[in-house]
Amino acid sequence: MSKLTIADVSKIFSTTVAVDTFSLDVADGELVCLLGPSGSGKSTLLRMIGGFETPSSGSIRIDDEEVIHLPPEKRPTGMVFQSHALWTHMNVFQNLAFGLKLRRRPKAEIKERVEAVLDLVGLKGYGSRMTTQLSGGQQQRVALARSLVLEPKILLLDEPFASLDQHLRERLREEVRDIQQRLKITTLFVTHGQDEALALADRIVVMRDGRVEQVARPDMVYREPATPFVAGFIGTMNLIDGTVANGTFSRASFSVPLPVADGPATLAIRPEALSLTAGGQGIIHRVTDYGTHGLVDIDLPDGTRIKSMISDAKAFAAGQSVDLKPTAISAYRDNAVIYRTR
Amino acid sequence: MAIALAPKRRTDWIGLVFALALTIVILVPMLVVITWSFANVWRFPSVLPQQFGLKFWQMTLARSDVWSALSLSLTLSAVVTAISAAICLPAAYAFARMTFPGRDVLFFSFLAGQAFPKFGLLVAIAAIFLQLNLIATFWGVVLIQLVGTLLFMIWIPVAAFQSVDRRMEEAARDAGAGPLRVFWSITLPQAAPTIFSAVLLSFVGTFYETEGAWLIGAPQIRTMPVLMISFINNQPVIQYGAVLSVLLWIPSLIALVFTRRVVNSGSFARGFGG
Ligand SMILES: Nc1ncnc2c1ncn2[C@@H]1O[C@H](COP(=O)(O)OP(=O)(O)OP(=O)(O)O)[C@@H](O)[C@H]1O
Ligand SMILES: [Mg+2]
Repeated sequence: MSKLTIADVSKIFSTTVAVDTFSLDVADGELVCLLGPSGSGKSTLLRMIGGFETPSSGSIRIDDEEVIHLPPEKRPTGMVFQSHALWTHMNVFQNLAFGLKLRRRPKAEIKERVEAVLDLVGLKGYGSRMTTQLSGGQQQRVALARSLVLEPKILLLDEPFASLDQHLRERLREEVRDIQQRLKITTLFVTHGQDEALALADRIVVMRDGRVEQVARPDMVYREPATPFVAGFIGTMNLIDGTVANGTFSRASFSVPLPVADGPATLAIRPEALSLTAGGQGIIHRVTDYGTHGLVDIDLPDGTRIKSMISDAKAFAAGQSVDLKPTAISAYRDNAVIYRTR
Repeated sequence: MAIALAPKRRTDWIGLVFALALTIVILVPMLVVITWSFANVWRFPSVLPQQFGLKFWQMTLARSDVWSALSLSLTLSAVVTAISAAICLPAAYAFARMTFPGRDVLFFSFLAGQAFPKFGLLVAIAAIFLQLNLIATFWGVVLIQLVGTLLFMIWIPVAAFQSVDRRMEEAARDAGAGPLRVFWSITLPQAAPTIFSAVLLSFVGTFYETEGAWLIGAPQIRTMPVLMISFINNQPVIQYGAVLSVLLWIPSLIALVFTRRVVNSGSFARGFGG
């Protein structure tokens, strides 16, 4: 149906560079998650696409048509806000019918479309409720329906479920995914929850300081993070700075073979890819037993803390001296991958 | 552990004390005045009037200057409130939502106008009005009253507009509404309960305003309060004042009825996103 092209978009607020030469192509029907820490420019980017901020430079095209000069009401985008932003002086039906009335649709059609979309978000029969008489999850569903009923070419969601509890968030996330699949609507979803991004997205864009750090499929972002930042941001990761000399990486008493040129390097090891044997590289600080597995914190002599996941928490105890045996590693230098096991 | 906590109705002492205090301060004097207005004869030291009757009501209502003053005051209040709303509401919106050079200075100048003794300001304005032939004219009084309403017709609506959630306005833009439509359909209804109270204040305030109306309007333009003062000055009969006082409460009563309707309609709660 519709594709979105963002090319070299920047946004500078007086002194802050909120978005820095950002480029991204979103294919028709694709769901892309923007993931990044607070202040990384996710909302600013989304608001530029929706028309609420004007880019300092760059171009935004929907189906190859430049939209940068269009005000929000002229753009084929639909935005769902974190604070749902429902109009509290109208009931649910009026909230959903507002945009259709502006488009001068006939009464019968409005009624039909509103009811259909209420059905879609699982709120059949809620039309006459005031928005303040709904639960947080229901309000967020109405907000989603309000955008969907206008059949936007691009759906923009800015942390729509951030204010809801974990359980409800997971349920709504699945519903959004279902609806998005059914309607095949091109969607940009902002979140700073990595599990949300991993569960939802066709592709994940990891952002940092307004720039793209990595764009990839969820499993790739997890397995092959392009930079130490992505490695540290998605899931738990041991990031160890050290030096390589003669094909060996070392940090304090810890060392591991690393076939790269001499120089500084950052080693990334997932806790589940680090096993322990009796030895003398580090001392166990704590063992946490999760039943299905154990998580061990190991301190190197210089104070570096390293995490290891072991299958049997009873096998080790605090105070024990151990050696670290990585089974899969990645190494980075100058913010780029220089080595990866496999 | 499933002990149902019976909702014990505790006596709301603070509320009762408040209600009692309000009754003493407001209702008792009002009752005294109302009693006076229906007293044909009431001499010291009797607790109740010796003779009740409508004598003074008839005498007061028979006077044409009372009727013309009442209708003049109502017209004046309505006109001033309407003009004030037409000028101040868009200005308040601009103050609340836009930034322009001199914004803060201008905003506080409305407060400064109220910070100085009003009478001095009025005399200065009267001098200017004299030059413009506005003294003792309806529109002269309208102008002077307008100045008096500026403060709360700007400040209260500014607060009201500022408290409207920006995301709501953006959501309306997103749904396809232009800026004007957003103002009419979202911002104004959201701010309405608060703005309504400002309009009410403006109406009642104009109705009761005396100094400006007297200084600019006299002798041709006589509003209710101005008339009442001349009554009290010329005829030291308490009943005249009492009857006029009761008449003066008319706009307050109208205002109260309106307020109740707004409150009851629930739009207060909705407007405040409750
Ligand atoms: N209107 C504005 N004026 C000035 N600076 C702004 C404005 N909006 C955003 N910024 C700045 O731009 C940067 C990016 O902000 P943005 O809201 O896009 O971050 P975000 O990734 O959405 O963060 P969060 O996860 O906390 O929502 C921040 O440093 C922020 O302070
Ligand atoms: Mg944000």
